[in-house]
Amino acid sequence: MVGGLFIIITSQNYLKKVVGLAIFQTAVFVFFVSLAKVLDGTAPILTKMENAYSNPLPHVLILTAIVVGVATSALGLALVLQIYRNYETIEEKEIQSLELKSDK
Amino acid sequence: MFDIFLDDAAALVVVLPLLISAIIAFMPSKIWPWIISLVTLVLHLVLSLHLLKEISISGLIIYEFGNWEPPWGISFKIDGVNIGLQLLFSIFVLISTFYSRKIFLSEIDSRDSGKAYSLWLLAIGSLNGIILTNDIFNLFVFLEISALASISLIALGAGQNRKALLAAFNYLIIGAIGATFYVIGVGFAYAMTGTLNMNDLVIQLAQYSDGQLAIFAGMSFMLIGLMVKAAIFPVHIWLPPAYSYAPSAVSTLLAALATKTILYFFVRLLYEVFIIYPSYLSLFLDFVLYPLSLLAIFIGTLIAIYQDDIKKLLAFSSIAQIGYITLAFSLKDHSGITSGFIHIFNHALIKGGLFMAVGYFAILYKDRVTLSSLRGFGYKYPITSFALLICGLSLIGLPLTNGFISKLYLFQALYTNQMYFSIALVAVSSALAVAYFWKIVEQMWFSKIKFKSEKEDAYIYLPIWIITVSIIFFGIYSSPIIEFSNLSADYLISGYQN
Repeated sequence: MVGGLFIIITSQNYLKKVVGLAIFQTAVFVFFVSLAKVLDGTAPILTKMENAYSNPLPHVLILTAIVVGVATSALGLALVLQIYRNYETIEEKEIQSLELKSDK
Repeated sequence: MFDIFLDDAAALVVVLPLLISAIIAFMPSKIWPWIISLVTLVLHLVLSLHLLKEISISGLIIYEFGNWEPPWGISFKIDGVNIGLQLLFSIFVLISTFYSRKIFLSEIDSRDSGKAYSLWLLAIGSLNGIILTNDIFNLFVFLEISALASISLIALGAGQNRKALLAAFNYLIIGAIGATFYVIGVGFAYAMTGTLNMNDLVIQLAQYSDGQLAIFAGMSFMLIGLMVKAAIFPVHIWLPPAYSYAPSAVSTLLAALATKTILYFFVRLLYEVFIIYPSYLSLFLDFVLYPLSLLAIFIGTLIAIYQDDIKKLLAFSSIAQIGYITLAFSLKDHSGITSGFIHIFNHALIKGGLFMAVGYFAILYKDRVTLSSLRGFGYKYPITSFALLICGLSLIGLPLTNGFISKLYLFQALYTNQMYFSIALVAVSSALAVAYFWKIVEQMWFSKIKFKSEKEDAYIYLPIWIITVSIIFFGIYSSPIIEFSNLSADYLISGYQN
């Protein structure tokens, strides 16, 4: 989780930022799934035997969150592509210097 | 036949825009997406009015999706707190959609019109979901739908200025971090209580009345995540570029409603759920939200003075205005919450009107509107300019406008809480607001060169004037807004006492 955040903050490359974001989000998903763990639990399927099963609800929540994460990454990558087409670079520093030039 | 729809009005106000948005996404036509959106939003308004009628009879609607009883199913809750906001939302999106057509036509490729309105409705539907939802995870989903839709809309501004792409990208990254923080908080809350329903959460949290570190950590994560989304100072940095490089119609919608809906949920979370830990709540309000609000008011206004670009100026003034709202909410009593809600209503109207007027100027000028480019606009385009003047005066808080009512109630609330320092600061920053608004007025009316007036587009100035007239109307006859805000505060406070 912290690794993902670190990448987002420190990397100068927009593509790496999107990847960092994905890592950050995935870490949170894993955190949710770990919440659902029940000791000796199995998959929550109705059988004749009664046995402990892990809580399915966090799994379902994360299914939703994964979809949101995919959409976020996809939109982020699409934006990076558009930025590249417009600026011909995706390095933050180079873009900033380009913008400074165009402002003058 | 129509009754079947009215029974599900609570769900339909959210589902209808989302559904229609999927239908119009691939329409090649230039005008049909707009007409369909407009019809959808008229229906949306009818449904909202129906909800208002229901609320005035029963006082509370809980809509259970798929008839799954809460706390198991997802539910929407409509009560005194959000019905006023729902109504304002419904009316404002209708007006801004009417306004948006000509703006979109000149700012984005007309072939993209279907896609633009599809995103537009997506943003509207999901923002409406934020107002109504009663489920903390459901909120995250709506938060992300609205964020992704508005990011795409902001990126449409790239046809005008490629900086829009950078603004959209920054919003995406910062917004996603905020949302993920919120989800971490939800995870903690779920781990401790096993529920996601807000009403049930309060009941379940009561068993940890002595306080648990995991709960406090979760609450802090949720609050920080929402603060990022609501652009509360110092995590506001995504907002000014995003608002100023977005297409003008989009800035109007976002500035007026996007942050407001999230602020509303923020307050509901604070006063409906977290209130069961009074010590934590007052710690957060007194030592985090209160000083940050004061800083936001002061710094936001100060930066706005030095802006040359008008849309950026308005965006920074939005930061300050969000500061006023959170300042009011940090007061913890009835008068504070009431004045916060009053300012949510009034500021939505004021900023909406200002962004609409400036957006029209941007089209007329065919470039970014800077201070110098406004020279003589007061004579060139008198109808829109006069509307801009009234909205601006209301932003400062002159009597006879609704901005005055906001300031009056805010001062009263601060006075009853004996916060004289904040009163002084609010007064000073109101005076500073005169400074940045005067710069605009000076350029528009007091330049040496005289211009002949030119023809203005009625499709555009009509919605602007509807907003402007409502600003004056609510400035003189302010009781509807005050009553709705009182109602909201009553409901929140009564939940607090139970």
